[in-house]
Amino acid sequence: MDPSEDLGPLLAYMRSRFHYDFTGYAEASLRRRIVRAAEKLGCADAGALHERLSREPALFDRVLNEVTVPVSELFRDPAFFRILRERVVPYLATFPFPRIWVAGCSTGEEVYSLSIVLREEGLSSRALIYATDINPRALQMAEAGIYDIGRMAAFSRQYQASGGRGSLSRYYHANESAAVFDRSLRERVVFADHSLATDGVFAEVQMVLCRNVLIYFGRELQDRAFGLFADALCPLGFLGLGQRETVQFSPNRTSFREFEEETRWYQRI
Amino acid sequence: MVPADLIARYRVHAASHPPSAIAIGGSAGSIETLGVLLPAIAPTALPILVVVHLRANEPTRLPELLGSKCRLPVRMPFDKQPCDGATVWLAPPDFHMLVERDRVFSVVIDEPAHFSRPAIDVLFESAADAFGPALVAIVLGGASQDGASGAARVRQRGGFVIVEDPATTEFTVMPTAAVERAQPQIVIDRQGIAALLAEITGGTSA
Repeated sequence: MDPSEDLGPLLAYMRSRFHYDFTGYAEASLRRRIVRAAEKLGCADAGALHERLSREPALFDRVLNEVTVPVSELFRDPAFFRILRERVVPYLATFPFPRIWVAGCSTGEEVYSLSIVLREEGLSSRALIYATDINPRALQMAEAGIYDIGRMAAFSRQYQASGGRGSLSRYYHANESAAVFDRSLRERVVFADHSLATDGVFAEVQMVLCRNVLIYFGRELQDRAFGLFADALCPLGFLGLGQRETVQFSPNRTSFREFEEETRWYQRI
Repeated sequence: MVPADLIARYRVHAASHPPSAIAIGGSAGSIETLGVLLPAIAPTALPILVVVHLRANEPTRLPELLGSKCRLPVRMPFDKQPCDGATVWLAPPDFHMLVERDRVFSVVIDEPAHFSRPAIDVLFESAADAFGPALVAIVLGGASQDGASGAARVRQRGGFVIVEDPATTEFTVMPTAAVERAQPQIVIDRQGIAALLAEITGGTSA
């Protein structure tokens, strides 16, 4: 594929035909993922992919899955979840009905991690979680809460390292190939379609988790997302980002203060 | 030492395309080589972008280790951090490091390439697009083919590619693949690469 090929026509087509707007995504990594999507469908370049999609729009699902990178883990970055448990949950507990937004929840690993922490800290009957994503297939998987059993050993280690109070296996039923998470963990989770690129704020929340989502956005789109989080969060509400993410390079940095540097926790000011 | 004709080859390239960045990639076995290369880098205004294959989730003291051998600060970038000069930018473990066209970093967790994250190909391809002929890319020893297609992209974009001579390194797969795929301008041992880095950075101080 020609590395300088203009992705513009394909992105404009995906926006108008399928209502998915990737025009504000960070170009270098988006280009890699589009090339991979094209390769998997046997298309030589973005132009060929464009043409193929216009003939077979049903293929868009697969393209969407390649482009939106559903890569996640339970208790990814254990130190982050330790701060959540020890320093952020006590803040949430001061609200009668704390609300939490997991923005870009993908296949749900963060949602279940969060839900487990809330349960162990006695907040699960009061807290409400909004889990949103643009990818309907990822949302379905999040709602199902079924993960490859082969991943559980690593997830258990991360859970333990994050300060988990017991064994992760208490929260799922294992069969030969899958770990099926306890449905009670999602009793107070609302899964919904929401785009950080095009949709607005839908509720006031006390905490936003948006980890390793914004890294795929260009700067303007990141600014938009940080603006949404600033609008959604109540004063002193918490924003948790991924390990290499920061508000520092966004004009919206003035809406936040660093709460814990090592694990990328911010607080709305 | 570097034969004079190789230095001349670089100078001819740099005369029309003064370098804007240097990208270096190698596998874990090349950390020792970096210990030879980094001290040769003069205080420079260029960003130096480095990918070293490391195992994920392994706490790394590599920034401190490399920093102790280097006249420039060694840092790991955050996503969307400007790719400033006078800095050695080391890809964080378990992330790919890319440079966007507006010269900021993207630090992402896309799938590994050649079983590696960070991957040299991912850095080189993005840097080739961002810097074009003003990029100097260097492939060191390594046991996978990572780096070869990235180096080829750098050449395709008119950049300058240097590969560690496979005959002089313990880990030959990576430089051999890069030589085959990218037709580098220079293939030389690590002492030679160090001398070239001194030449490249010598005239570019801030």
